[in-house]
Amino acid sequence: MLEHTPKEIKERKGGMINPAKTCQPIGAMYAALGIHKCLPHSHGSQGCCSYHRMHLTRHFRDPIMASTSSFTEGACVFGGGANLKTAIKNVFAIYDPDVMAIHTTCLTETIGDDIPSYLGSAEIPDGKIVIHANTPSYAGSHVTGFANMTKGMVTYLAEATTDTNKEQVNIIPGFVNPGDMREIKRLTKSMGINFIMFPDTSGVVDSPMTGKFEMFPRGGAKVEDIRDTGNSKLTIALGSFASTDAAIQLERKCKVPAKTLKTPIGIKATDEFLMALRAAFISEIPYELEEERGQLVDIMTDTHYHFHGQRVAVFGDPDVVIGLTEFILSLGMVPVHVLTGTPGAAFEKEIKAMLLEAGLKANVKANGDLFELQQWIKNEPVDLLLGNTYGKYISRAEDIPFVRVGFPVLDRSVHSYMPIVGYQGAMRLVEMISNALLDRADRDAADEDFELVM
Amino acid sequence: MDAGSLAVNEREKSIIVKGKQKKQLVCDTDSAAGCVSQRACVYCGARVVLNPVTDALHLVHGPIGCASYTWDIRGSLSSGSELYRSSFSTDLQEEDIIFGGEKKLARAIDELVLKHHPPLVFVYSTCIVGVIGDDLEAVCKAAAQRHNIQVIPVQSSGFIGNKSAGYRAACNALLRLMGPEPTPTRNLNSINYLGDFNLAGEAWIISNYLRQMGLEVNVTFTGDSRYETLIKAPRASLNIVQCAGSMHYLAQKMRELYGIPYLNVSFLGVLDTTASLRMIAEHFGGSGIKQKTEELIKTETDKVIPLINGYRGNLQGRKAAVYVGGGFKAISLIKQFREIGIDVVMIGTQTGRQSEYETINDLVDEGTVVLDDANPSELERFMVEKGAHLLVGGVKERPLAYKLGAAFIDHNHDRKHPLSGYEGAVNFAREVYSTVCSPVWKYLKA
Repeated sequence: MLEHTPKEIKERKGGMINPAKTCQPIGAMYAALGIHKCLPHSHGSQGCCSYHRMHLTRHFRDPIMASTSSFTEGACVFGGGANLKTAIKNVFAIYDPDVMAIHTTCLTETIGDDIPSYLGSAEIPDGKIVIHANTPSYAGSHVTGFANMTKGMVTYLAEATTDTNKEQVNIIPGFVNPGDMREIKRLTKSMGINFIMFPDTSGVVDSPMTGKFEMFPRGGAKVEDIRDTGNSKLTIALGSFASTDAAIQLERKCKVPAKTLKTPIGIKATDEFLMALRAAFISEIPYELEEERGQLVDIMTDTHYHFHGQRVAVFGDPDVVIGLTEFILSLGMVPVHVLTGTPGAAFEKEIKAMLLEAGLKANVKANGDLFELQQWIKNEPVDLLLGNTYGKYISRAEDIPFVRVGFPVLDRSVHSYMPIVGYQGAMRLVEMISNALLDRADRDAADEDFELVM
Repeated sequence: MDAGSLAVNEREKSIIVKGKQKKQLVCDTDSAAGCVSQRACVYCGARVVLNPVTDALHLVHGPIGCASYTWDIRGSLSSGSELYRSSFSTDLQEEDIIFGGEKKLARAIDELVLKHHPPLVFVYSTCIVGVIGDDLEAVCKAAAQRHNIQVIPVQSSGFIGNKSAGYRAACNALLRLMGPEPTPTRNLNSINYLGDFNLAGEAWIISNYLRQMGLEVNVTFTGDSRYETLIKAPRASLNIVQCAGSMHYLAQKMRELYGIPYLNVSFLGVLDTTASLRMIAEHFGGSGIKQKTEELIKTETDKVIPLINGYRGNLQGRKAAVYVGGGFKAISLIKQFREIGIDVVMIGTQTGRQSEYETINDLVDEGTVVLDDANPSELERFMVEKGAHLLVGGVKERPLAYKLGAAFIDHNHDRKHPLSGYEGAVNFAREVYSTVCSPVWKYLKA
């Protein structure tokens, strides 16, 4: 399928081939789904909203609700104010959400629609809330869009109302699955710490089957909780690309100190997350979590010989790839190619620092595409590919074991319910990676080398 | 949610209940702003029609999203090139928006043509290109001259209409590819098959039937098509049109430009397949073709009717809801469901035309809800009200049906088995059976 990819790498200036990113608005839509009773609204053409809903539906296999301003030619010429005002009226009249979260698109950014001024003159029913984020599709990526909408939540909602900070932590989980958000909440809860997670898509895009369609399922961060983030003692932003902006905004607006950590993938990043919580709130890590950590270390030692020296290509969203790279290094694997489609020099810097510490060198790139990743692999082959569904073409063309992780995963199910974060998420990653490697070893083994015990 | 609150005045006109009202359903209008519409945009319409051209390089001129979301999602199969399954985008950035994207586009075409040597490039315009005013025509024309291949701009800025406008943009691109001159030689017994995108290999099934009838399929628009066969299309002696929503315009234009007559056909369900094959045989006349056609129909129906009847026993009396893209599919599905003993109690489309809605209204039973450009709440409301056991739809409708505890059939890009022709009719019955009669629905109530 990808036979036409040449091995020889030439400099390209004309855009992307087989992208490793998509546009900002879908990230904003996903973030907005993490507010309880919120309807994301796409201010642009109908197609944008339809594509984002389709893509998210395929990843989560749950209904994804969002409305659109349904742009026409007239709206482009005269501005989208009239469309947006009608949309606000219709959204509250028909769907009755508590919150409407508007994000822009390349079209409405380019024609210069000024959302705050439209909101100023729009009829918003009493008790209802409209927030917005600018998400031009021609800058950043879907992760940037997620970050912008999350920051918008702080800008519109967070308030410092108490004199002293409450003994509670704000946790911004980043662009991860609801399964990951649940795991981060479980870890925090088991330490007995009060927390507010936002956005929180658990219970929204992984809602249970009840025989009834709920336009607004039970999950999502409640507005009063997001307001209350302004009174917390600390904000932990997990993943610098998706979460830092909102944390800094909270610090600026409500003087809540912000701490950015890696997405807690693997043992080291999970340790750091728990240590940060301990340092601010408690004296002891509960035995339950110590036991989990011990189990993970046990598993890592049981299996380390499968992993040591195996060459890996990793791609996907920057926060997730940073976490994965750190974890595979801790397993003794060798990251040979590390790529994200999202632009950002910080990504390359952070990965290179990890590699330097491990005494390794690799191809590292932000704002890259999968065409280039495949070319890298052709020149320097690997034993394993880690990334989202789009890796399946490379995996097939180059015959490499492939573990699906990240966003989007369109061809496998259940993944969005299961964590890759925390100690348990790390155990799951070990299982997925070793299964992929050992299945391949079984497939390729000659009869005399085919082993029962591995 | 409160069903009454759904009645936004604008939407009321697009929903009718057969037998209750005399009014005509309003369709083909712009969606109301603020609705959770299941519809897409112009670009989407153009992209789905052209994407199955397998050896074309499909370059999306715009920010990355439009290319990302359409990367290999169509499920159209190819017997040759796989180039159409990769995603190419100019990935416009802020500076391109300010200074224009023409240079980047020209560079992208140059780099990609040198790398992949395609015989044909389609350049899709997206919303933003329409706004910043890049001269697609000029860039494509210059590139075509530089590389001595066809580089065709597709005028598909998202906001200039709905998906139907995109179908038209795609058809215009195809017309341009074929050129204005009527070709002097006409191949007798040669057919173009319009409106099959070879999802799960469906066009191959139909081409095989036509071959058995003594006819030759010159090219399918656009499933598994390639440059060489597309440019020969003006030489065919008949166009048959299945997905009329996307291809009716092309058929009309080809009649006008090249004098090729067309027939509207449908290969969904046993009845429509048989009727369509007979209609084609009738068009060509000649006892040879007619006899071969009857033989084919007999062999195939003898094979599939017992199989379909086997499923019918388990399905009799169930109720279906249908929400699909175009009108032709909706019409065929009503009949096809009858073949397996199922009544359609709710039916709608994203882009159906007035005449198609009239046909639908004639076909359905009293009390059936007919609706245009429905939103999820309406689908929910009428499925529940009408007690539908099954929904037929596309990607976005699947989880909605499941959440209601209803079975689901993908009759769109995500279908995994061919649903066309006799073979497809059996697959359809089997799929309906396996989803409606699955044990999983029993666990709904704890």
